[in-house]
Parts: sequence; structure tokens; C-alpha cells
Amino acid sequence: MDEIKDGLAEVACDVLVIGGGTAGPMAAYKAKVRNPKSRVILLEKANVRRSGAISMGMDGLNNAVIPGYATPEQYVKEITIANDGIVDQAPVLKYARNCYGIIEELDRFGIRFQKTENGDFDVKKVHHLGAYVLPMPNGDTVKKALYRQLRREQILISNRYMATRLLTSRDGHVAGAIAVNARTAEFLVVRAKTVILCMGAAGRLGLPQSGYLYGTYENATNSGDGYAMAYHAGAKLANLECYQINPLIKDYNGPACAYVAGPFGAYTTNAEGSRFIECDYWSGQMMQEFYNELQSGKGPVFLKLDHLHDETVTEIETILHKVERPSRGRFHEGRGTNYREKMVEMHISEIGFCSGHSASGVFVDDLARTTVPGLYAAGDMANVPHNYMLGAFTNGAVAGEDAADVASGIDLPEFDMAEVEAERERVLAPTRREDGVPPNQLEYKTRRLVNDYLQPPKVTAKMRLGQLRLEEVRDDLDTNMMVRDAHELMRSLEAASILDCADMAAAASLYREESRWGLYHNRVDFPDKNDADWFCHTLLSKKDGRMVAEKRAIEPYLVQIEEHERSAYDRQRILKQA
Amino acid sequence: MPLASSPTTVPVVVDEAKCIAEKGCTVCVDVCPLDVLRISEETGKAYMKYDECWYCMPCETDCPTGAVSVNIPYLLR
Ligand code: SF4
Ligand code: SF4
Repeated sequence: MDEIKDGLAEVACDVLVIGGGTAGPMAAYKAKVRNPKSRVILLEKANVRRSGAISMGMDGLNNAVIPGYATPEQYVKEITIANDGIVDQAPVLKYARNCYGIIEELDRFGIRFQKTENGDFDVKKVHHLGAYVLPMPNGDTVKKALYRQLRREQILISNRYMATRLLTSRDGHVAGAIAVNARTAEFLVVRAKTVILCMGAAGRLGLPQSGYLYGTYENATNSGDGYAMAYHAGAKLANLECYQINPLIKDYNGPACAYVAGPFGAYTTNAEGSRFIECDYWSGQMMQEFYNELQSGKGPVFLKLDHLHDETVTEIETILHKVERPSRGRFHEGRGTNYREKMVEMHISEIGFCSGHSASGVFVDDLARTTVPGLYAAGDMANVPHNYMLGAFTNGAVAGEDAADVASGIDLPEFDMAEVEAERERVLAPTRREDGVPPNQLEYKTRRLVNDYLQPPKVTAKMRLGQLRLEEVRDDLDTNMMVRDAHELMRSLEAASILDCADMAAAASLYREESRWGLYHNRVDFPDKNDADWFCHTLLSKKDGRMVAEKRAIEPYLVQIEEHERSAYDRQRILKQA
Repeated sequence: MPLASSPTTVPVVVDEAKCIAEKGCTVCVDVCPLDVLRISEETGKAYMKYDECWYCMPCETDCPTGAVSVNIPYLLR
């Protein structure tokens, strides 16, 4: 395994789904159910059985809009306010209306949701305004349940194929994708009528404080390949300066997590054991307070559970040590941290792009369509703000159905074989060098520069310097990177995606000349929110080979936000009692 | 520039007495999201080839014989 082989195969399908984590399997399933005659291919860099953010399952739904507990309109309001108003509400409203149907569907797949003794859903309140958090008692089986459905519907699954670029026809319609096998370096051209990108967050962008390249918050496979591919295909990407930054267990870099432990009575404190934030829901404003506390004499910050009853802690442990990031228990054991006795030291994560938690993603409308005809995006990489796992499922379903409908009405778009040849040359160039810099060093340097120059507080002069340094890394990557086997080839492609994302992070952050979303876009030289000039989306795209930025107006709100409601998320800090 | 070979500890340990890779098992290699496990040509057993582990645990959870243990990578411990 891992020797580089020469090979090029071609297959064709109606709908191609790239990424088999959360949104991807649901998109593929829905496309096939919508049109059982269609050929649906699901391409995955790892293995669909255990890939993506929910590789080991999930403890619950963070944003379930369940009749009787919350209304879709209320949810839209909550997300609009939490995201500082920069929201096209139509996709959010669609999500809020569809997600209950998806919960019922997941229930049919065998995924259970916590009920009270009366048989009602046991919904918990974590957000500022409404209640949307619903535990999943057998959340560790999510991937298995999805996989069963994919097998039943005979979705064609290609594991260990990493997509590298999209193909487009002469008239700009998506025509498929080029992929390379992660273990043999053989190429696969997948022709398709429609393509759905479900490739997760750009989670390997900043460097974790530990210095370990793979010690990231996101599944470390999520290196932003979807963002890079969408960019190179000419799609527009929205609000990338609205980084993802999360409060995590220090060094372990996984969530502790407020959505699990919060409803049981755990909370975030400073070193004195005092609360300093009103609401543990992950927003940029909350992260700013978290950052301020870390910088103040009252840091570091902790998650406090030591006041809870022994049985309660045991219950929390059973969840935290079984799903999502189950090695948490081992980490605490190694440090001698028992939740009953010691508070858990917390820190802020490296930066990334992710719409699952913030709002940085490929621009999509309420049918999950990107700005490239025939190309869709769903899940963490599509800019439906704060959409989490249930958003990935729900918007994946929307994308799958529309992509199947569109595919059934068109012929297979033509593509240019010269594009494939050029891409093969680009990908294989590092394998032809006898000497040079290995991908891990290029990646390390890129990500260290991201930390040094691009993470907030954002300073204009620093970001400009960062751009210059990143240009030097790009020069090395283009002319001097060396790859010795197929596995390293995958890492070299990831290093290129990461560098693309770093360039986008710098360009987007420099473009928006105001501060917004708390810490996410805290621009020191433009400290105030400026609604007059910047109450809009910012879009990045590739035009004539260059990165350009533009403004896009927010669609008129479907759910009105009253003046006094707008600042709900601005009031995060607990005010001292007079 | 010439390459060096710098040593690094890897967090995943395979109990060779329990591993049944010689009977054709490749489960841990198949499921690992980061694709860092391989079957050794020398020993015929699974081992961690690349130091690129997300300590996520599918390898340990899905191994049919309980041969895999995931530790926290040294830099994070
Ligand atoms: S899954 Fe277990 S038995 Fe199978 S190859 Fe891996 S370590 Fe060996
Ligand atoms: S812990 Fe995760 S990344 Fe590490 S070897 Fe096991 S499956 Fe792979």
C-alpha cells in the first residue's frame, strides 16, 4: 500500500456527493429516494462508516426546532440575533421548518431522542432565548444507522478517494470532479449532472496551542478541501472573516461541553470560581468575554462541575466519555482530573471556517444551491449559520432532493479533458521531485503563520505581513514541495487546501472594515460595528485567477427583529451587583 | 534540502498477541479517518505508521478482538 501508481479511470453518474460525514450520506440517500432510477455516487476521502465530525456519534441535537417547544420563527430570530444580523433568513427558516421531519426520519433509522416520563421530547435550554437542545441516548450509533440506509438504497460508495478539483462545462455548469486515491494515487474522473459538496469545516487552519497538527477541534480530516474546491470552481464564499473559535478543554481541544453538562448545572467560571458569562451558547460575543477573562488577572477559565451531585457527574461522564470525543475520559485520567473534585481548565480553540458553529461558508440559497449552476453545498461548509449536525442532515436532504430533480432534466455536461490533464500535472508535480520540503512542514508553517498574523484580535498591518509570508509559503508549495508516497500525496493536497483557506481568511478579514461577531471578527483598527457600511454579506470568489471581494445585500428579513431584541447577544457579561 | 528522520512516539498501540490481521482482518485500517494505520509486512500485525492521529477511537471501538488501545498523543497529555 501507499506506492504511487499511474492510473486514470472514468465513471459517470447523475448526482455526485462529495464527503460522507453527516450532510453527505443524507444528501445521497435523499437524492436516490427522490429518483430511484438515478445513479448516485458518494465519494469519501476516508471511510463513510467512520468519517466526518460525527465519526463516533453525537450526544444530542443542539438546534432542534420541535413543535410545542419552539417555533421556526422564534428560531430564525434567535439565529439572526446570535449572528449579529448577517443572515439570509430563507435558508434558516427552511431549516427550522424541515428539521422536525428529519428528526422523525432519523428516529425511523433507529436513532433515539430523549423523552421525559410523559413521553414528550426532553428539550433543554442552552441558547439565550429559546429551548432547542435534545439529547440522543444512543447517539454513538448515528453513523451505523446512516450506513445501513445507504446500503439499502444501493448508493455507490467510493471510499479513500480524495476529490481535488471540480470540473465545469464551457457554459459554467458543474460537470463532475477529479479525485485521487489516497492509497495508490490513481486518478478517478467522476462525471455528474449535479454535484453536492459536503466536505466539512476548514478545521486544520489555525495551529492548536499544543503544536500538534492533528490535535484540532474539528475532525482533522476536515482540512478545508471543500472551501478550496468551491473557490477554484468559481463559487462565492460568504463571511469567511466570521471565524469559528470555540471554548474547549485545554490541550485536549475537544468540547467539555456546555450543551451536555450545562443543562445538568455545570457552568463556565474564572479561576475564582465565579461566573462571568450569562449564557454558555457558543457565539462570538460569548467567545469575546471568554477571551477577555483569559487575558485578565482572573483567568484561566474553567468548566465547573465539582458542585454537582455524584450521580449527576456520573451521568455526564457516561455521555462525554462515550460519544463524539470519547477519549476525553483518558485525557482527564492522565491529568488526574476528576470532575467531582477539580474544575476543568478551558481554553479557546484555533481558528477555522465552519458554518455549523459560526457563519463562514460557501454561499448557498434555500435550496442549498451555490452560485455555480448544478453545484450544491451542505453541512459545516455551507453558510447557513449555526446549523450544527441537524442542519447538516436537514440541508443535506434539501440539496439531495433538488440535485436529483435538476439532474433528471439535463444531459451529462461535457468537460474538457485538458482540465483533467492539467490537474494531474498539478497534483503529481511534488512526486516528481527528488528533493524538497515535505507537506507536513509546509502545513506547519502555514498554520503557524495563521496563528501569528490572522487570528483575532485582528490588526491590519499584521494581516498584510501575514499575506506576504503566506505568499512565500505558496511559492515553496508550488515549486519545492516533495512527496514520497500516496499517503503523503493526500497530505500535500490538504496542505494546498489549508493554504488556500489561509489566503481567504486574510482577504476576507481585511475586506470587512468594522468589528462584528464578538471575537470572531474583532478588528482592532475598526473597533466598532458599522451597520451603515457593513450590514451586508462579504463574498470572496476567484475571477480571472485572482481573489476578489464584494458586498452582497442581506435579503429582507422574513421574521422581523425588534430594536430592543437586537442586542440580546451583546449582553453576555454578568454585571456586578451594585 | 536533504530530509532527516526525527523520532516521534505514536499514540496507538496494538497488542500483537490479540491482533488477527494474518487471518485477513483490516478493520482498524479500514475505519481510521486519518488513514494512519497499516498492516506491517514484517510482523503481519496492525501498527500505526503515521503520527497523524486525532485520538478519535474508531480503531479501538471497531477492532473485533480488543487489540487496539488509543492513548492521548504525547504533546497533548
Ligand atoms: S482491527 Fe484489531 S484484529 Fe483487526 S487488524 Fe486491526 S488490530 Fe488487528
Ligand atoms: S484514534 Fe482515530 S485517528 Fe487515531 S488511529 Fe484510531 S481511528 Fe485513526
